[in-house]
Amino acid sequence: MHMADALLSPAVGTTLWAGSVAAGGYASMKLKERIDDRTIPLMGVLGAFIFAVQMVNFTIPGTGSSGHLGGGMILAILLGSHAAFLVMASVLTVQALFFADGGLLALGCNIWNLGVTPCYLVYPFIYKSMVGGSKNPGRILVVSIVSVVAALQLGAFSVVMETLLSGKSELPFSAFVLMMQPIHLAIGIVEGFVTAGVINYVRSARPEILESMAASRPIGREVSLKKVLATFALLAVITGGVLSWFASTHPDGLEWSIEKVTGKGELPQHENGVAAVFKGFQEKTAFLPDYGFKPAENELKKEKEAPPPWPGIEAGTSVAGIIGAAIVLGMIVLIGMGIRVVGRRQI
Amino acid sequence: MTFDEKYFDIGRLDRLSYGETFVHRLDPRAKVIGTMLFLLTVVSFSKYEIAALAPFFLYPMLLVTVGEIPVRFIIKKMIVVSPFAIFIGIFNPILDTRTAAVILGVSVSTGWVSFLSILLKFTLTISVALLLIATTSFSGVCHALRRLGFPALFVSQLLFLYRYLFVLMEETMRIIRARDMRSFGKRGTGLRVFVRLIGILFLRTVDRAERIYYAMLSRGFAGDMPALKRSRMVLRDLAYLSVMIACLWVFRFFPITEGIGRRVQELLR
Repeated sequence: MHMADALLSPAVGTTLWAGSVAAGGYASMKLKERIDDRTIPLMGVLGAFIFAVQMVNFTIPGTGSSGHLGGGMILAILLGSHAAFLVMASVLTVQALFFADGGLLALGCNIWNLGVTPCYLVYPFIYKSMVGGSKNPGRILVVSIVSVVAALQLGAFSVVMETLLSGKSELPFSAFVLMMQPIHLAIGIVEGFVTAGVINYVRSARPEILESMAASRPIGREVSLKKVLATFALLAVITGGVLSWFASTHPDGLEWSIEKVTGKGELPQHENGVAAVFKGFQEKTAFLPDYGFKPAENELKKEKEAPPPWPGIEAGTSVAGIIGAAIVLGMIVLIGMGIRVVGRRQI
Repeated sequence: MTFDEKYFDIGRLDRLSYGETFVHRLDPRAKVIGTMLFLLTVVSFSKYEIAALAPFFLYPMLLVTVGEIPVRFIIKKMIVVSPFAIFIGIFNPILDTRTAAVILGVSVSTGWVSFLSILLKFTLTISVALLLIATTSFSGVCHALRRLGFPALFVSQLLFLYRYLFVLMEETMRIIRARDMRSFGKRGTGLRVFVRLIGILFLRTVDRAERIYYAMLSRGFAGDMPALKRSRMVLRDLAYLSVMIACLWVFRFFPITEGIGRRVQELLR
């Protein structure tokens, strides 16, 4: 469920980049306060571990299809929020660079969805407050499943919000949510089992490892119920606020289909933030077609086919666009072949 | 993609960065900044603009040819990651069926236009990201990030992850091979075995981290990973960046493709 560059608008992309960079800075700062040099190689190698584990496939019970592991919750439970967040961020960065999973601009979104969500929201407020210091395997199992499911649901919901706010996809909100959430519910349950299994296995095989890791950070045994409830209330208010704002600016569901039937809908132009600024620029600077490319003799014709409104999808414009694109791409390919030929001669 | 293929794939992308061409020699910082500006410009187009995206293919093309990168390899990697963008994008033609234009008697809906725009943007953004690594090397990008002000802890984390990726993948490969040899068909690939398997892998990893830490201590580790290769921004890098910015600006704000198309139409008349 990696977010992709192609579905993003610059405003959403940069906002989430800013959020993720801020979280990274915060995690680094917090870790520096009480980091032991020993933790640096441990974190690095555990990142590689998560990477390797994601490549091991296993059979999902009852379905026969195979799945892979995300790993955010395992790390958070074993390393604590800050270290786990940095490891997840580095894993996602390597994935973006080497496998192009998502892309570089979407990396901010992915770190947010798969790093900040499990490490800073779900782990401290759900896992830590529900497990406390308990070592009961059954309890760890139940809480792990709940936590992983919550993390994945929030992550999937973030993907939906980011895509819709970017406005590149036509999927209506309700359909998109109905598509994303159930898939991730299934994945979450399986991953919850695996997470609990690993934690319990490590605890029974080598309990001292968990204890030494826990010793380097304070375990919040006494997170009061009030605090948890207050946080959830806050989250609910924020989500609700964002949702209602969203609902009011983007007609979806029923409204949307009515609009489609009556054909009254206009081309929705999602222009806010950077895009709006760009548009302003564009309007000011788009003089070229009338300036450089048209000789004076075409003045009359120009009046007939007035410059099309932006985005230019009028028939005349689109034909010009297709011809132009073919020529531009042809030129690019020719230049490329030229460079290749020249390069070979030099060798 | 099988495990082995994935493993050798990473190695191949890395080896491409050993090249010695003009783009390989550019300062990593300049390339990182240039790439980010390129990505921002590409995604800033509205969803119905497709013609204006054409000139942007110049940049990946130049990287591929000047950097002597095999095109097929990059395209193959792009296809592997394409499903998500295509899966979300394919709903556009289904849901948005207003007519955008009638070209040669065939009416094209706005949904297809925006789907094509998503595909073009996908091709541009992903190819440029892959080519950044193929021409810069991972450690080059990391040191660039460090010198652009990213926290040292995060950067050394990235470098560590990358260094031990290959070691751990080999270890995992051995474990998987052992599992496959002992199982028949799908037997043995269940959740129970999987959990045990990564549990053991985790314990081995922690032990390895301990050994690495002592080895590093005895070699004078003090919390930072210095780079041997010092790079400076020279005239070449500044020239690259300014040409990049100028091109992006022109491609973004002037409808070049459309202009050329109109001109040709007029000539044909």
